[in-house]
Amino acid sequence: MSDSAQYSAAAEVGQVRTRRSRWERTWIELKKAPFTAWIGMAIIAFYLILAVFAPLIAPHGEAEVFAVPFAPWSGEHLLGTDQIGRDIFSRLIYGARNTIGIALATTFLAFLIGGGLGLVAAINRSWLDQLISRGVDVFMAIPSLIFALMLLSIFGASAWSLIVIIALIDSTRVFRLTRAVAVNVAVMDYVEAARLRGEGLGWVMRREILPNIMPPLVAEFGLRFCFVFLTIASLSFLGVGIQPPTADWGSMVRETAQLIQFAQFDIRAAFTPLIPAAAIALITVGVNFLVDWFLQKSSGLRDVK
Amino acid sequence: MSNDDYLLDVRGLKVEGWADEKWNPIVKGVDLQLKAGQVMGLIGESGAGKSTLGLAAMGFTKDGCRISGGSAMFDGIDLVKATDEEKRRLWGTQLTYVAQSAAASFNPAHRLVEQTVATTVREGISPMSAAVADAKELYAALQLPNPETIGERYPHQVSGGQLQRVMTAMAMAPRPKLIVFDEPTTALDVTTQVEVLLSMRKAVRDFNTAAIYITHDLAVVAQMADVIKVLRYGEEVEEAETRQMLAEPKEDYTRSLWSVRMLGKEPKASDDIVLEIDGVDAAYGAVKVLHDVSIKLPRGRTVSIVGESGSGKSTTARVVTGLLPPSKGEVRFNGTALPAQLGQRNKDVLRKIQMIYQMADTAMNPRQTVGEIIGRPLEFYHGLKGRAQEKRVIELLEEIDLNEDFYDRLPSELSGGQKQRICIARALAADPEVIICDEVTSALDQIVQEGILKLLMRLQKEKDIAYMFITHDIATVAAISDEIVVMNQGKVVEQGSKTEVLAPPHPEYTQLLLSSVPEMDPDWLTRIEEQRV
Repeated sequence: MSDSAQYSAAAEVGQVRTRRSRWERTWIELKKAPFTAWIGMAIIAFYLILAVFAPLIAPHGEAEVFAVPFAPWSGEHLLGTDQIGRDIFSRLIYGARNTIGIALATTFLAFLIGGGLGLVAAINRSWLDQLISRGVDVFMAIPSLIFALMLLSIFGASAWSLIVIIALIDSTRVFRLTRAVAVNVAVMDYVEAARLRGEGLGWVMRREILPNIMPPLVAEFGLRFCFVFLTIASLSFLGVGIQPPTADWGSMVRETAQLIQFAQFDIRAAFTPLIPAAAIALITVGVNFLVDWFLQKSSGLRDVK
Repeated sequence: MSNDDYLLDVRGLKVEGWADEKWNPIVKGVDLQLKAGQVMGLIGESGAGKSTLGLAAMGFTKDGCRISGGSAMFDGIDLVKATDEEKRRLWGTQLTYVAQSAAASFNPAHRLVEQTVATTVREGISPMSAAVADAKELYAALQLPNPETIGERYPHQVSGGQLQRVMTAMAMAPRPKLIVFDEPTTALDVTTQVEVLLSMRKAVRDFNTAAIYITHDLAVVAQMADVIKVLRYGEEVEEAETRQMLAEPKEDYTRSLWSVRMLGKEPKASDDIVLEIDGVDAAYGAVKVLHDVSIKLPRGRTVSIVGESGSGKSTTARVVTGLLPPSKGEVRFNGTALPAQLGQRNKDVLRKIQMIYQMADTAMNPRQTVGEIIGRPLEFYHGLKGRAQEKRVIELLEEIDLNEDFYDRLPSELSGGQKQRICIARALAADPEVIICDEVTSALDQIVQEGILKLLMRLQKEKDIAYMFITHDIATVAAISDEIVVMNQGKVVEQGSKTEVLAPPHPEYTQLLLSSVPEMDPDWLTRIEEQRV
């Protein structure tokens, strides 16, 4: 063989890319983010600031009762007061904290349960997989809102039972997704290589499979958060969710709903119950914008030019 | 000769692909002239742009690619400038295409004959009844079994080799002037490949069709083509008549493609058996795939297991690694029987038997860096951490002819050969006595293959590792093994030292297998044709 055809492994041209730090890569991704993703991020940031700094931003206390119930909008009470004289504007700000906090905790718990079981089922693929999967099917066959109502009336409507019950119900959906995507990764040669090396279940789950199924799980996390949020709001509206005097948007809609009848006398008062409803709608839209961007990125589809 | 004599006259064709936010050249200005009835072989390694050129010669580009310059005159029409409507009229009638994977190219919901005649009928070339009659003739010409009725079947009801021939029939049906074959036999077993090659060559000659035959296998192209064009990095290296090209290639690069099969080693016998498979039966559920398989692997030697797909080669590996417990028999390692189940084996046994996979892409976690991939077995088996681990990883990288620059790279930032080297380093990190190599070179280009094989042989000499080398490629087997095991349908057909197995007389199956391997002789296929009639 002639010299010019000498083969060198290190010189073989691979796809050499400049290595960038995590922060640089994130920034490059962010610059490419579509306009809607930026709106989504702005909305979420706004809500988070409200939630964290609620006591500093709100003009009045969360459960502070004033003399006049159903007071009209004024300089003192920006959005008036509710049926027992609490400042609605302040409660709206505190509501962000309570509702978002509980929804986040619930979603995390749902992912811990559903994701963990999903990974175990995907790796195991035997009777254990069958047991968990069929169990989940049974749970999913029960209408979730009615199931939640039933469980809440059994265990009482405290914030903790709310979190645990909704997390359990939602973890079935997370389980389905995690198992579906993890099954595809679990059959890869590198997972087999790890098993042949003698790695335990924990390593295979955390280090081999989980990093490779993160994109769909992150997207699902956003969507699941929205659904949990709406479930909590629905339960609160029905009166079994977050209990007074804790402020939350679902029960605020219910408590001030009757004001809508006064539209012909005071149009602004009629808007009062719609404002917490709009707050719920807005965060749902914001999270969805962001999730859409994640989904688009993780699907691997590129715009063809 | 004037331009009018060419059926296809491609001049300075350039194709670009969109990646990393810019247009990258794939084909950098290639000329290609083809006369009616002539067959041209396009050959090159992966990434040489041969498939892209083959498609662009039809005026077609895949999504994310564009033709950025040059011309492609076909029958007086410039395919580069032609409108989609004009091209659509030519595609499937005058210009047809045979893809690599027939299984992925057929619609599973329609019968074969419906798909064969679809274009012919739609374009009004012939009425349905005539087209169907013609399709049956083509099936017969392509030597398909039961040509009268095979068209009534669905794609999943025929074998891969038959499907590839039906696709050729589909391409021939409108009597095109030019067919582009894109690696049509790459996915087939050698014994099937011979049949498909024979029937394709006959059909192309009988109907005097011009063809572009794209492949990376020189021996195959030598049988099919009148003219060979060698491509590299999207540029033409050289072009010549097949015989002339084989006899005296002009360029060094071409010669290097020719000479890679020259590797060799003297087989050495040994009685020190490190791994012994003894009378093993194994089954997937109710389907029994291994029947009484016994193989001995001497220390520091290479035993190659050859056979076609479905012969049980990989299943044997799964039994050895413990992924598939045998239903009968046992595997002994250094004289002691191994527990059948993976979970019952201790860390030391796991460490001593390592595995390298065919697809290095899927054998490495895409989210781990090279340092993490090689470092993990060091930590897991030898307890190396921190600086010591890093130092050892770099030593291993140097042993496989790479260097510490690769430490932080992700698998996606490596070439195919580099990936396979990292997998070898991962196996070495465990300090094994046996490495099972499952088709480790079959996904790689020839020059890269040679590098990997040389590396494996050097490591064997240095560290006295035994290889169980699973492959379907006889040339590789002849190059590197000490002993050969021939398997067919889950049984061991023949077993012995390399010289014994490769020299006649052979059992019938070994004979078929050996004679089906294409040789670098343009008359080989013709000889086979005469022998087998």
